[in-house]
This record gives sequence, structure tokens and C-alpha cells, in this order.
Amino acid sequence: MSDASQAMTAAGSPLLRGAYTYASITDKIADLVLARRSGRAFWTALLIAGAFTLLFIVAVSYLFATGVGIWGVNEPVAWAFAITNFVWWVGIGHAGTFISAILLLLRQQWRTSINRFAEAMTIFAVAMAGVMPILHLGRPWFFYWLVPYPNVMHLWPQWRSPLVWDIFAIATYIIVSILFWYAGLLPDLATLRDRARRRWQQVGYGLLALGWRGDARHWQRYDTTYLLLAGLATPLVISVHSVVSLDFSIANLPGWHSTIFPPYFVAGALFSGFAMALTLAIPLRAIFGLQDFITPRHLANMAKLLLACGLVVSYSYAVEIFTAFYSGDRFESAMVIDRMRGDYAWIYWLVICCNVLVPQLVWLRAIRSSPLALFVIAALVNVGMWLERFMIIVTSLHRDFLPSSWGHFTPTFWDWATLAGSLGTFALLFLLFVRFLPVISMSEMRRLNEESRGIDR
Amino acid sequence: MFDLPPVIDRRECMKLMGAALALGSSSCARPPLEQMVPYLSTPEGMVPGEPLFFATALTRAGYAHGVLIESNSGRPTKIEGNPAHPASLGATGAIEQGRILELWDPERSRAPLDRGQISSWASFNATLLDPAAPWRRSEGEGLRILSGRVSSPTLLAQRQRLLERYPHARWHEHEPAGRESVYAGTQIAFGRPLEPLFHFDRAAIIVSLDADFLAEEPGQVRYAREFAAGRRPERGTMSRLYVAECMPSLTGVAADERMPCRPSEVATIAQQIAARLDGSTDDRAHPWLRAVVADLRANRGRSLVLAGAGQPAHVHALTHYINGALGNLGSTVEFIAPGVQASSEDESIAALARDMHLGRVDTLLILDSNPLYDAPADLEFASVLERVRLSVHHGLYVDETAQACRWHAPAAHELEAWSDARAFDGTITLQQPLIAPLYGGRSAHELLGLLSEERSMSAHDAVRATWLQRFGAADFAERWRAALRLGVVEGTAARAELVSAPTLPPPPDAAPADSLELLFRPDPTLWDGRYAPIAWLQELPKPLTQLTWDNAALISAQLAAQLGVRNEELIELSIGGRRLAAPVWIVPGHAPGAVTLHLGYGRTRAGPVGSNRGINAYALRTSGAPWYAHGLSLRKLPGRRSLATVQHHHRMEGREIVRSATLATFRERPDFAQRESERQQPSLYPPFPATGYAWGMSIDLSACIGCGACTIACQAENNIPTVGKEEVLRGREMHWIRVDRYEESDAAAPRSHFQPVPCMQCEHAPCELVCPVEASVHDTEGINVQVYNRCVGTRFCSNNCPYKVRRFNFFQYSRDEPHLNAQRNPQVTVRMRGVMEKCNYCLQRIIPARISADRDKRRLHDGEVVTACQAVCPTQAIVFGDLNDPASAVRAAKASARSYALLGELNTRPRTTYLAKVVNEPQEREA
Repeated sequence: MSDASQAMTAAGSPLLRGAYTYASITDKIADLVLARRSGRAFWTALLIAGAFTLLFIVAVSYLFATGVGIWGVNEPVAWAFAITNFVWWVGIGHAGTFISAILLLLRQQWRTSINRFAEAMTIFAVAMAGVMPILHLGRPWFFYWLVPYPNVMHLWPQWRSPLVWDIFAIATYIIVSILFWYAGLLPDLATLRDRARRRWQQVGYGLLALGWRGDARHWQRYDTTYLLLAGLATPLVISVHSVVSLDFSIANLPGWHSTIFPPYFVAGALFSGFAMALTLAIPLRAIFGLQDFITPRHLANMAKLLLACGLVVSYSYAVEIFTAFYSGDRFESAMVIDRMRGDYAWIYWLVICCNVLVPQLVWLRAIRSSPLALFVIAALVNVGMWLERFMIIVTSLHRDFLPSSWGHFTPTFWDWATLAGSLGTFALLFLLFVRFLPVISMSEMRRLNEESRGIDR
Repeated sequence: MFDLPPVIDRRECMKLMGAALALGSSSCARPPLEQMVPYLSTPEGMVPGEPLFFATALTRAGYAHGVLIESNSGRPTKIEGNPAHPASLGATGAIEQGRILELWDPERSRAPLDRGQISSWASFNATLLDPAAPWRRSEGEGLRILSGRVSSPTLLAQRQRLLERYPHARWHEHEPAGRESVYAGTQIAFGRPLEPLFHFDRAAIIVSLDADFLAEEPGQVRYAREFAAGRRPERGTMSRLYVAECMPSLTGVAADERMPCRPSEVATIAQQIAARLDGSTDDRAHPWLRAVVADLRANRGRSLVLAGAGQPAHVHALTHYINGALGNLGSTVEFIAPGVQASSEDESIAALARDMHLGRVDTLLILDSNPLYDAPADLEFASVLERVRLSVHHGLYVDETAQACRWHAPAAHELEAWSDARAFDGTITLQQPLIAPLYGGRSAHELLGLLSEERSMSAHDAVRATWLQRFGAADFAERWRAALRLGVVEGTAARAELVSAPTLPPPPDAAPADSLELLFRPDPTLWDGRYAPIAWLQELPKPLTQLTWDNAALISAQLAAQLGVRNEELIELSIGGRRLAAPVWIVPGHAPGAVTLHLGYGRTRAGPVGSNRGINAYALRTSGAPWYAHGLSLRKLPGRRSLATVQHHHRMEGREIVRSATLATFRERPDFAQRESERQQPSLYPPFPATGYAWGMSIDLSACIGCGACTIACQAENNIPTVGKEEVLRGREMHWIRVDRYEESDAAAPRSHFQPVPCMQCEHAPCELVCPVEASVHDTEGINVQVYNRCVGTRFCSNNCPYKVRRFNFFQYSRDEPHLNAQRNPQVTVRMRGVMEKCNYCLQRIIPARISADRDKRRLHDGEVVTACQAVCPTQAIVFGDLNDPASAVRAAKASARSYALLGELNTRPRTTYLAKVVNEPQEREA
């Protein structure tokens, strides 16, 4: 641990502020779940999130009852909000996995206090993402036809289609993410079981804890498993969004047909993921008084990663423009010009503003150390990344090869309702997570505390 | 089918809940018992599951168009042209295709109405036969009949008998898009009313003065065929077409040199042509005029000048003079006696309205006519109708007139009743019913039989009686059957009348002052408004504007700039004290000094499909100025009305989509459309197997006139639903073959190109690659088929289709309605919501043909399978067949130097290819 601790010292700001013991860490985190009464703010937030969840249910029911015609999709813009939402939500998931898996393998200790909620964010975001393609189908009740399952007609999916690869990518991703999250939760669930006073909590957490006793063998196996799962999850950070990007780059459509898409999409995914992690962490630490655990150092580190990803994304934007003109392909160059000057030019320039210009502020130390500034930047990046996906999908489709088929997409109320509803459902799930599970890993924090105290001595 | 409100209303919800309850409580019920009963005696020629074709005719404004009706198990489902009929030659226009939907329209009137209340035929008969009616006692004084143009020999005979029995009765004719000026023109030139017949294939130079002979003239389908026949570039010679007109028409787009002008300027142009025929050269003349005159003089006897029905009589007379002076009479233009009795002033609707106003009309019988909607506005028909004691309306729909009449009697559709009808060249077709009247309607023959108290009221008897007289009793049965089988009565084509070259007609009254003009044209799809209830025709894009479900004030960009209006913004047109608010639509190439309104919209009683759409041009149309009027003033109004167009962008943006060249270039470099970069490109996939059949299509852009008949034929053949204006506005129209229009060169007088785009059936189909469930697959004969049952609706295929020919069912567009279901082609699946669909080269026509060929152990012959779009095409621009057959027409077409693939650089290897367009521009422009 000495390397890491040196790095930590060099950074100048501690990963854990104040004097904590085993007991006080556990008290502080577990009390959020077991003892703390839900305040007015929580209930208000829950109410709002619940209302939007209800809107989501209504939007989906109406969609299933009548058809995707309730959205603004048409010919030629046959994909719009649902796929934009899908790509955006999948991307958001990536930061969680990156934080918990890759940073674990790289022994970055600052991940400890943020990995739990980041993983939760991943799972809820991927869940939202997974729903979108099904909603998007013309006949959603046959979504399982994309899955290879034995059937009497010997019909299989069409393996050349990236949509089939998507099914595998997303399914793998959500399974591994849940396993990873749940495995990491086991010691904490046992702690909650042991400290719970109410019967239902004792039973509930007890069942979920799978008989964890804190045995040395448990810990040994736990560490191995966790590391293995981290190893499994690591390639997914790269592969999932690469596969998602193939949904586009396989097509021959100008604006989609591009070899840079896989790295471009992965960088974009991490970019939006870190933005969402910041968006969630900053209010979380303020509301639940977790400033000691999620310190400015954490925020600054995430902001630096945000900036790094943002630079890769900016580079991709530049390369896209360069190749369009360098290739001499008139359809590609027309598409780029249309993005910059056409019907949806304002979206393009908003994307550039949010994703290229705004993150540059992070270069300034003053901004990096201001939670409020970071929150605003992160929120803008979230918006910018959603718009970027919209731009890639809609502006490429609305003007393709034959001018006779050129069209326009205008979102309807139900497009917005689906987007807002999915945000609301995500928020609801997150609020419930905050209420019922420890938002920071107690076991890992205890370990971190021990190790850092050792250094202090 | 119409604007579907995408909601479940309360009743629907209760229904579904009830159904769910019933389903839940009767978990193990068997499917309902259905009876399958064989025919006791099978109808002649019927093989279950195989369609039968019957020859008959459809009329428009009294002109017959010979058709073959496909009948499946007794249900007429599709209209095809009759190759034996001179007006059809196997093709039809778009409107004829739509008439099958009219037959099955559930909105048709179903019962006689007495003051709007459902009544019975018995009381209707009693009313008509009322012996106390004053006209019965005064030899018909006060009995008036109003009909459209009548060309049926049987109806004419019945009319004769009625007028003999009641000599004081009077029969008025009213045709909103009438041709009075044509007959008046021949009256001036030749001293008698004559019907001109043109031979476009014999003409090297054609000058159309506001005559849309490719769309509006009687015989337009045949004319289109003849016109195209004279313009095959491979043959080395092409006719040249000059057009002077206000609103760009199909003929104007086909023109090699078109001059936009105000409607009234056409007369001046005709005079100038006539004046210059003697050889006087005038370098100050307009280049268009100089070219016309030079070409006309160089092609004596092989040229043709014609004027449209919207031009006044003296313009027609001038064209006859010019044709006479050039020696064209008898070669490119002939004259026949009109099949109808020339209607005098006394028989006009104006005379009827005057008499109604004076109270001279006791009983008015309106036969299949809708004067309350389409009579000239100055006649105030609605108010004078109130002065008639007994008004009876006979028609397919409870329309505006039916609402205002005392009685309404449902008419039998043309496909439900016996009759006979005369084509533009005089050929007569016996119309036979395909089905018993669906809604209990009766034909005009029956009504007239009743009125004159003939012995038999049956239309069948009436028609037979007419033809018994003509055929003679000896071989009547044989000739009758032959006429029914063939679809024409042999030897009935009118003989050309001998005419001598007329003298120069006296010049008309001085041309009016330079003012803004208002031009009326029949709607390209709804005609004069009678086809407004046909959803297919409402949703068929108008050829030039690509608008659906609406008309608009069509103006030039220049006039729009002057007024400061943009598309869809409202203006007020006022003329002669009448006002009308209309949305604006800018038409490139429209003459700046005029506004065009299409008739046919603004109907109030045309069912849910046709009512309250667009603006009623008749409100500004007076009997004095039926086609164009002077003194129009325009005013910009606040607000706008959204118009549903299917194409928003008409420039090619430097992409080689429609490739065209002048005839001179083509002669120099016949392969001008070929590109080195598009020759066979490498591919990772193995080549397509060259055995068996390989279906392919070639579309000749030189021949295509953009009429849109292919779109409707495809819609009828393939059970394609209509979606309604709201859905078209959202960009969700469903046509499998669309006709794109592009324009080139300057915006004031652009050259337009039409390009029909069906599925390209790519050998390397981008859609197949991306479908996750294998709903888009290739068959062994090269057709890219769509498996509707398997489609889950990801729409990736559409995104990846560079041609955007795939169509998606965003809602449940196909209505489940018994009568509409009966119209559907039983060979084609009706698609449900959430499923992608597209052209598949009429696979349902290929398969039965292949099966029957396989049974005979032979290969299919070329031409044995004809796609719906190919069959209907008036100019035979579409060729389809087997590419592996060395003798096939499609293979020959693809071997042409003009052949090119759309977006060939993408290496999709489309099976549908195009023949580049060649225009025969006059020398001056080429230089």
C-alpha cells in the first residue's frame, strides 16, 4: 500500500477526514439506514421521483396499447429518443464499473468511499437502458425473439446484426454488475443484520447476508471473489459500449459508418458516467453529512477523470470532422455540414459547448475544489452527452442519401414523458437504495481507516 | 385509415375489459364454429383461390376507360387496364385505380332518404310515380333532369324516350370540368362541334397550349403511351414537346421547353404562332416562340398544336387553323363526331338555375351530380333549389346536394350495374356488374325506366334492348358475349370526319388589362371533387406539389416574395366580390402573374375522408369565367394552415440521382449515365447464384411522366393502408413505390424530373445485415423479402436503407372493417401495427405463375409475371422480368447504355435500375 499512500500524501488532501474508529465508521454509515429518520427533503424527493415513475408507467402502458406512433419517430428518423436514452443510460453505467473494478485492480484507494453508490448507479442506469430497446420495438411483446433460445421452428437470431450482440453485451453487463455489487455488499449486509433492531430488518438483511459471519475464511474467499469479479467486469467497461457503438457503425449511414466509434463511445460513456457520479455524489454527501468520507479529494479526482474522458471525446469530434472531409465522401461531408448548419445545428453547438468547452474549466484548481461548480459542470455534461447521442442518431438519419426522403423529427409529449419517466424511475430506485442499503462500503472504509491510521503513525 | 386518434376511449376500454373478463371466465372454450360450405353449383370458370377477370369500363366525365376487374371469390379487388380498349391499352390512370375503394367504401349511402330520414324504395317509387305530379299532366312541363355528361347509348336512348313522352321536360348537363370550349372551337373552325383525336406518336413537334394531355384530356392514358412511343432515345429520333402554361402540369414537366405564362397570354401566343407561320421572322420575338415557329415550319404534316379545355374557343379555333396551315389535319390530328348531343344554352345548368329561380321547375331529378358543391357560385344553386317542389338526388353518397334535396336515392356503383359507355374515340364498352349492389343502390337506367314507366325497370334489360337493336337479333347472343368478353364492342370506334383546313378565325375581343389572374384546374387526384371520399386518392401526392389531403393557393416564388408569404401561410383571394382564405404553396415554374386553385376540395359532405379538407375553389368560380378570371387581388392574412407534403426537399444537392442529358449529348456519348466508379466493386460476400430466376426491374426516366398510377396500383394490389393527414405530416406515409420529383437549374423555370422509387431489391441488401430476427431475408430469386410474422419492429432496416423505401406501421393503420376487408387482396398479408413493410416485386404474382410453370415443367416466359406498377404504367416506363432469361425485356433494358444504378457507389448492387433521362432540347438552348 505504500505506493498508494505516497500518492495520497502527494495529493495533499486526505481520503478520510477526522478521527474515526471501526465503530464510529460503522455507526455513521449504518445509522443512515437503520436509525436516521427520513427527513422532509427525502420524502419530497421520493414523492417527486415517484410521480415521475408513475408517468413512466403511464407512458409505457399507453405505448404498449397503441404503438410507437405516439412518439415523434417517422421515416426517415426511425430511431430517436428511445435509442438516445438507451445509449445514454448504458454510458452512465460505465463510470460505476470503472470506479469499482478498474480502480480496484489499479489499487486506487480513493475509490473506496464512492464505489458502492457508483455501482448502484450502474445497475439502475443499465436497468433503464435495458428497458429502452424493448419499448422501442414495434412489437415489444416479441422482444425475446432477439434471444437465442431453442424452439420448434429452429429459428435463431440473425447473428450479423449488432442488435443481437447488444442483447449479449447488456445482459452480461447487468449480470456481472449485480453480482459484483451484491458480493461487495455481503459484509455490510451482515453488519446491518447484526445491528438491526426491528424484526423485519433482522430477517431481511439476514437473508440477504447469506450467513456471513466475518470468518477469516469468509474474508479470504470474499477478497478472491471480489478481485475475480473485478477482473470480469473490467473488460466489460470497454466491450459494452463498443458493442453499443457497433449498432451505428455497422450501418452505412453517413454519420454512423465510422471506425472510430468504439473508442469514441467508450470515452463518451465514461465521460457521462463520471458526470452522473459527480451529480449524485455532491448532493449525497451534503444531505447525509458524508463530507468526511467523500472528500474534496474524491471530487477532484473524479473531475480529473471527467476532464480526461472529455478530451478523448473532443478528439473524436475533431477526427469525425477530419475524416468526413479527408475521405472526400460527399455524403459524409454533407452530413457534417448539416450538423453544423442544418436544422439541428443548435444541438451540435450545444454539444460542443457542454462537452468540449465547459469541462476545460476543470483545469482550474479553484473549480476542481468547488463542489457547487463541479455539480454544475457535471450536470451540463450530462445534458451535453444526452444531446450528443441525439445528434448522432437523429441528425444522421434526418438527411441521408436521397434528398427526396429527407425529413424532420419533432419529439412529442410521450417522448419527453418516457425520458423524464426513466429519470424519475432511476431517481426512485436510487433513493430507495440510499434508504435501505449503506451508500458507502463500511467494511472497505474500516479497512481504509486502519491502513491510513497506520500511515499516520 | 383516416386520422386515427391513437387513444382508447371509454367505450373501447369497457369493451376490452369485458373481453378480458369473458376470456378469463371461459378459459377452455373452443374457437367459434364456422361453416364451410361448397358451392352447390360453381359459377362458371371459378377455381377457388384463383381470381377471375371481367372486362368492363369506368367513366370519368362520361368518357369510358376500359378495364379488367380482378374478382376473388366474387369480390372485385383490383382494377387493371384492358389491353383491348383503345383508351387503356392495358394501363389506367391513378384515379381509375382508386375506384375500387369507392365501390367498397362503407360511407356510401345505403338507403333512400326522405328529408334526411331513412325511407324505402317503395315510397321512393310512389313519389316518383305520383300521378298527381303537375308535370305528368302537362307533358313534362316542370320536369327537369340534371346529370353529368352522358355518353351511354342506353341512357341516351332512355333520355330520348323520356323526352318524347314528356316533350316539355328538359334534360340539363353539368360537368364541372367540362369541355364546352373544345366544341365551340371546332364550331368556329369547322362549323360543327367535333371531338379532336390526337396522334402523338406521329408528331415530331408537339406544341401544347395549356393542354395537359398526359393527365386531363380524355384518352390521356393512351396519349401518354403514344407520346412515350415517340420518345425512345435509342431509336435515334425523339419528338419535341413545347408547352406554354401557367401551373406546371405533367405535360409541362415532360416538355423539352416550357414557357410559364398567365392563362390569358396563351391566346396571344397562339395568335403569334399563327401569324408567323408564313415565314416572317422576327428576332425580337421570345426565344421560345422563335423555336416553336422554326420547328413547326420544318415539320409540316408531322407537327401538332393543341389547346387545353381551359382555354377559350378562339384559342382552339386558332390551333385548328395552325394545324390546317401546317397540313397536320388528318395526320396528327383527326376529328370525330362527339358521342353526346351538343348541349345548347338551354340545356346548361345556368338555364336550369334561371328557371328554378323563376319557379318553372316542379320536379328536379339530379343524376349522379353534385351541383350544390360544384355549380358556378353565381348561380346560387342552394337558394334556387328551395323553390323546387320535389327535388330528388341520385348518387353514391349523401353529399351536399343530397342533404339539400327532398329525396335521396342511393346509386349503384359502375361496378355494380349494367350499362354501356363510350370512350374518347367513340369505342363503346358494355359495362357489366361485378357484384350485386352492396348497399342496395340503383342505377340511372332503373330510375329512368321508372320515371318513364317502362315495362322493365332492369338496367340489364335496358342495355340489352339497346344492343339488340344494334346487333340485330340474328347473332345477338354471340356478339353480346364477345363484347362482354373483350370489353369493347367491335367496330364502334368513330370514323374520322372529313374536315378542310379552316381559315384564320377572327381575333377575339381585346385582351384584358394586365392584372393578376386566377386559374382553376381539376385536382390531379380528386378531379372535380367527386373522388374526394376515396382515401387512396386523397393520400396520393399531387405530382408537382407532393401535397396530400389538401389543396392550396399555388403561386410562384416571385409572387410569394411580393406578398411576403411563405408556404402554408394564409392569404385572402378576392375576385368579383367573392373572398376565400387559402394557405399558400409555392410551385417553382408557376407563372408569376397568376394563382392556381385546384377544384375538388373544401367539401362539407364527403364522409370522414373527404369532408372539411382544403379550400373550396368553386366559391370563386363563376359561370362567366369557369377556368380563369381576371382582377384577382390578394391580401396576406395572419395565421397558417399546415399542409402535408411527402417530399420536403427537391434539389439533388450535386448527387447523381436522376441522370439526364440532351439528345445531342446522348448521341455523342450514349453512356453518359455510366460511372467508372460504379462498375462491379469488390465484395467479401460470394456472388449471387446465376441459376434459376433472377428478378430485376428497369425504370425508364425518359418515359416516366410522374402520374402516380404506379403508387395507387401498388396500394390496391398490396393492401397498403392510408394513414391520414396527421400521420403524413409526421412523415409516416406508407406507399411502397413513391414518385420523387427533383428540380434542376433556376427556381423560376426549373426542369423537373420524376423518379419512381420502389424497393431496389439490393443483392447486397443493407437491411438484411442489420435485422436481428431475420425478418428481412433474401430469397433464391434475388428478392429481398420481408417476413411480416417475424418482424419485431426494430426499424434498423429502414435506417440502413439508403433508398428509404421501407415503411413502418407506427400504429394499427389497416382498419378492420368488413367492407374494406372484402376489398383486400387475399394473396397479400394485411400487416399489423409494429411491422415493417415494403415492395417485394409483387411476390404474390410471381409465385402462382412459377408454380403453374413448374407444373408444366417449363420456365416462365418473359412477360408472364407483371408487377402491379408495371401493369398500370401508361407509358410502360417500368420493365420487370427474369435477368437470367437472355431474351427478356428487362435484360435488354439493363444492357442499354443509359442504364445506371441509383447510389451505385454504395455497392448495394440493386436489382432495380434506371434508364437515364434524355430531353430533346431545341438547338438554340443546346448551343
